Amino acid sequence: MATPDGRRVRPYLATRGRTRPVQDIAIEALVSTTSTGRSAGADPEPERERILRLCHSPRSVAEVAAIVSMPLGVARVLVADLETEGLVRVADPHAAYAGSSEPARNLSVLERVRDGLRRL
Amino acid sequence: MGFVDSEVSGGTHADQDALSVKIVVAGGFGVGKTTFVGAVSEIEPLRTEALMTEASTSVDDLSMLPEKRTTTVAMDFGRITLADDLVLYLFGTPGQNRFWFMWDDITRGAIGAVVLVDTRRLADCFGAIDYVEQRGIPFLVALNAFDGVQEHDAEDVRDALQVGPEVPFVVTDARERESVKTVLVTLVEHAMSLIQQA
Repeated sequence: MATPDGRRVRPYLATRGRTRPVQDIAIEALVSTTSTGRSAGADPEPERERILRLCHSPRSVAEVAAIVSMPLGVARVLVADLETEGLVRVADPHAAYAGSSEPARNLSVLERVRDGLRRL
Repeated sequence: MGFVDSEVSGGTHADQDALSVKIVVAGGFGVGKTTFVGAVSEIEPLRTEALMTEASTSVDDLSMLPEKRTTTVAMDFGRITLADDLVLYLFGTPGQNRFWFMWDDITRGAIGAVVLVDTRRLADCFGAIDYVEQRGIPFLVALNAFDGVQEHDAEDVRDALQVGPEVPFVVTDARERESVKTVLVTLVEHAMSLIQQA
């Protein structure tokens, strides 16, 4: 769907029961396969199956798109569907901090980032 | 990583999820953004692509318009695992300025932006600086020194770019891990100081 400013275009249709626009999923949001997703049998759709296997260790939505070789918008739709079905969890940094300061404006988060970079 | 199995039956443990944060690496085409990202990334920089229509920006269903031309916008990115529960992503912006729509995705919630500058092609970074300034995204200017740029060139460039004195200017070598690390630490400290001043 086009955003209200009309500049962005999402060329995909599916909106099966999702509770938020897929564009709201941050590109750095970490996707991890849930225990339900792990114990479910192989998904009949190869791309979904690849995402479920890939995200046994958490990967960002951007990584999912790059590794599974699909456009970002398609990856968002599939991840959102899998999340709706309880097969993956999406740790969206913006959602997690909704109502308080977002992580990028949180001093203790920034301190950890700075210290982590120094230790590299 | 420990958080992989944090999701267990009987309750959510959202606070145990890893946190992901990001820094944007902006600048003109060919200025060295992917080199910069690759110098510190623990993975080979990955490329992700988005599709957009070339002709129209008001129609949301391409499947109904098979004749409409689509174009692909690519951005390269890397990952740095800073702790078991903290991952930093570095996202390079698309080099072509006409793809501003991607920048909203890339910059939303970012710690800040490194605007990478090639002093031989200063004008290439104007768009990036305008973008981050207008949106209040913390940023610094990093002169890529692969052409022998010296520290003293920084003030000349600051004048040329008409960027205020509060914006850090650094000289970097995008191929050098330590140099890139220093730039990133400087940016994070700058973002912290802006919060502390607020």
